[in-house]
Amino acid sequence: MLNGLAVGCIYGLVALGFVLIYKATELVNFAQGDLLMLGAFTCYMFVVWYGVGYWVAFALAVALVALFGAVLDATILRRIIGQPQFSVVMLTIGLGAIFRSFASIAWGSEIYTLPTPFSARATRLAGVAVSHEYVSIIIGTVVLCAVLYAFFTFTRIGLAMQASSQNQLAAYYMGIPVKLMFSLIWAISAGVAAIAGVLLAPVSLIDINLGFIGLKAFAAAVLGGFGSIPGALVGGITIGLIELFSGAYLPQGFKDVAAYVVLLVVLAVRPQGMFGAITRKKV
Amino acid sequence: MADTLLAVANLETYYGPIMAIRGISFAVPERSVVTILGANGAGKSTILKTVSGVMDPQKGTVTFAGREIQGMDPDKVTRLGISHVPEGREVFPFLSVRENLLMGAFTRRDVAGVAEDLELVYSYFPVLRSRAEQRAGSLSGGEQQMLAISRALMARPRMMLLDEPSLGLSPRLVKEIFEIIARINRERGVTVLLVEQNANMALHIADYGYVLEVGRIVMEDTCPRLLEKEDIKEFYLGMKESGVRGTRRWKRKKTWR
Repeated sequence: MLNGLAVGCIYGLVALGFVLIYKATELVNFAQGDLLMLGAFTCYMFVVWYGVGYWVAFALAVALVALFGAVLDATILRRIIGQPQFSVVMLTIGLGAIFRSFASIAWGSEIYTLPTPFSARATRLAGVAVSHEYVSIIIGTVVLCAVLYAFFTFTRIGLAMQASSQNQLAAYYMGIPVKLMFSLIWAISAGVAAIAGVLLAPVSLIDINLGFIGLKAFAAAVLGGFGSIPGALVGGITIGLIELFSGAYLPQGFKDVAAYVVLLVVLAVRPQGMFGAITRKKV
Repeated sequence: MADTLLAVANLETYYGPIMAIRGISFAVPERSVVTILGANGAGKSTILKTVSGVMDPQKGTVTFAGREIQGMDPDKVTRLGISHVPEGREVFPFLSVRENLLMGAFTRRDVAGVAEDLELVYSYFPVLRSRAEQRAGSLSGGEQQMLAISRALMARPRMMLLDEPSLGLSPRLVKEIFEIIARINRERGVTVLLVEQNANMALHIADYGYVLEVGRIVMEDTCPRLLEKEDIKEFYLGMKESGVRGTRRWKRKKTWR
């Protein structure tokens, strides 16, 4: 149960990245999962190669990937705003492939484990062994969501980001540097992906295909109603739990397709997703 | 007249291959209200968009307070002191009214001044105060227009560009909004460039008027004199003179063509 919740949180965080970027710039970033992979690898590199402490490495990895996201927006993606969705999809999938091959050159294609302060420790809670790694994911997600919510609701820059994504032209008229806002949104969304990557690393091992989790997160975003932030999180957790239960109760193999089955059913029955029409409000 | 705040010279702007403005020059003196009249598609909004930097002109110059600003990014133009109230209001629908107003003051750092101006716009439009925490998208059209004007005012601009503030409003609301615009100009010393189809209203609050037809300025004069012109009366104010026989049997041509 807890494991499903934790994995669901990761899906939710990556889906959150999808949604943030989509709401602001109407681009769907299929490289989101690969940003997660980069985050995990960067953290691993700092911890294992350079012997930096876990928390410092965590912060460095997030900052670097966020910066990378902003640069990506400023140099490449800004140019294709207004082009057909198709070319955006191809471009971001291509970028994802580039990141993967870059990772395999830089860090090799082996599978690594990231040692963390929570590794292989568990607490007995109400008679059930609760592993710290999963708890760290859930706590991390909750804290991150609270921080993001506060940022978007109470700070001037956060409000300006909301404004830019709701009405770009009007935001320009207000003197808001819209391009900078979009780069910042990319940075936040890449940073969130990196956080998800670092949190996920101790549970799932790091390899260059870690990014394919992005596809399941995409299903989560669609399930929640693309464009809804609470939807993305709830969608992620739902998918995580569905996976867990289908692994436990259904024949072997269902676990991995469960997310896509859900995606198909949602698209057929309720294409706007769970929160689509109602909560398309906050950034 | 006072010094010229905004001067536009030989401006040409295109939408793709279509020439929307065909070489326009006009001047807006400091602290005045200048209006540009014209029918649909005459190029009125294009002029404002070119001034505020959303569109770049092919030729010509826009000079604001002695500085050439054509082709600048819109957020920079706003920082220089030009606030654009776009056609169709363009409020941020999912932000509250108060947040919308604060976004108007995005370029400003003085918290006290912003709070002061918030009170000021609430005093201009009391309805906004009672709706402060509501989502802007849930306001009526008239309230949204009030919000759009207030939001532009929050930047404490030297000059406001108003694009069809009367669009889609009831006659009573139009009157109310125009009175506020006149007050803003009078009390705050904000220069106003007003673009309108509602010529009657516009000519009554403006000092000087230009008439725009298919991308060209075809007439300019002070507003009291424009109000007296036969062509303006007939084509923009909809007043028909009654001829000798009581009914007219011919269609009058505009004399400027």
